[in-house]
Amino acid sequence: MSWIENRFEEGLIITSLDWAINWGRRYSIWPMTFGLACCAIEMMAIGASRFDVDRFGAGAFRASPRQADLMIVAGTVTYKMASRVKRLYNQMPEPKYVMAMGACTIGGGPYFKNGYHVVKGVDLVVPVDIYVPGCPPRPETLIEGILRLQDMIKNQSLARDRWQGAKEKVLAASAPSYA
Amino acid sequence: MAPEEIAELLKKEFGDRVVDTTFDTSHPRIEVQAEAWPDIARFLREDSRMRFNFLRCLTAMDLLEDDKFCATYDLHAIEPAKDGKGPYTLIHGCCIQIRVPRDDAKIPSVAHVWRAADWHEREAYDMMGILFENHPDSMIGPNGKHPRRILCPDDWVGFPLRKDYMFPLEYHGIPAVTEMGQTRPVH
Repeated sequence: MSWIENRFEEGLIITSLDWAINWGRRYSIWPMTFGLACCAIEMMAIGASRFDVDRFGAGAFRASPRQADLMIVAGTVTYKMASRVKRLYNQMPEPKYVMAMGACTIGGGPYFKNGYHVVKGVDLVVPVDIYVPGCPPRPETLIEGILRLQDMIKNQSLARDRWQGAKEKVLAASAPSYA
Repeated sequence: MAPEEIAELLKKEFGDRVVDTTFDTSHPRIEVQAEAWPDIARFLREDSRMRFNFLRCLTAMDLLEDDKFCATYDLHAIEPAKDGKGPYTLIHGCCIQIRVPRDDAKIPSVAHVWRAADWHEREAYDMMGILFENHPDSMIGPNGKHPRRILCPDDWVGFPLRKDYMFPLEYHGIPAVTEMGQTRPVH
C-alpha cells in the first residue's frame, strides 16, 4: 500500500478504510506453489476437497512468486536451496508473508544436530511471520496457521510504516553474494 | 557360476592383481588392485563366461582405522527371457572391492564400461572424496580435475560422509552452528 503509506499522521483515523482493505486482503491470501519435502504433501492436502482451504480464501495456489502473497516454506531447506528460497522471496510483491511449515523450517528439525546440509531454520534466510509446528503438521494445523495470519493482517494498518521499513532491512540483508 | 569359480578365472587371467578373496560371508567378494580395475572390468563385462552387464550398486566406505577408502562394486549378469516377454533372469553375481589409501584415493573410472557407474561415481566423490580418474563428467576444481559433484553444491567444502568430516560453520552468510539458543538474525 505504498501510495498511502507514510502520508498520514499516526493519529489520523482511517479505521474504516483499514477495516475494508484488510477484510479484502485477509480473505484472499494467495499462497505460492512451493513444496520442498514431505510437508508439501500436507500442503497439497489442504488445497484438496477434504480440507478445502478455499473456504478461507487461500486456495489460489500461484505458480509464480509475482502473483503470490504468502510463501509457505513446506519442507527441509538445504543450503543449496536457500539461495533459491531467498530469490523467490525477493521476487514476491509486497505486502508478503512467510509461513515456516514443519520442524525442519522452524529450526532444522531432525537434522538439527547431524544434518550437515540443512539450514537450521528458514528464519536465518528470510523473515518468518507464522511458525506452524509439526513433523509434518496436520492439515488442520496449517489451516490454523492461515487463520492466525488472517488475524495478523486484520490488525495491520495502512498508515503504519511496515513494508517500507521491512523492505530496506531485507534488501540490506540480501546484499551478500547469494542474493 | 559361483563366486569361487569367478575368482579362479580372474586369478588365472590377472594373476596377483587379484589381491584377496573372501567367501565365508553372506556377501562374497573379490578384492582387486585399483590400477588393474579398468582391464578387469572390461574382462568381466565382455568375456563370454562372465557377461556382467549390470552394475547394481557402488558403495564407498571410509575405513578410518585402516587409513583406507573402500569402493565396492556389486555386479550382476542378467539376461532377458527367451520369448522377450517375461522378466530378466539372474545368471550370476559377484562383488568386487577396491581399497585405496586415504591420502591418495584414486580409482580409475569404469563409467565407459557400465553407464550406471557415471552417477554412482559422482556420488562417491561427492560424499567420500574418492577421485575417479578419467570420469566422463569431470571438472577442474581448485585441487585439480575431479568428477562433478551430484548432490552438494559445486562450491561445497569437504566430503560429508568421511568419518573425520568437520561441519561447516557458515555457508554463504547463513550461520550453521548448531547450538541451542543461537542468535537469529533480525530481518
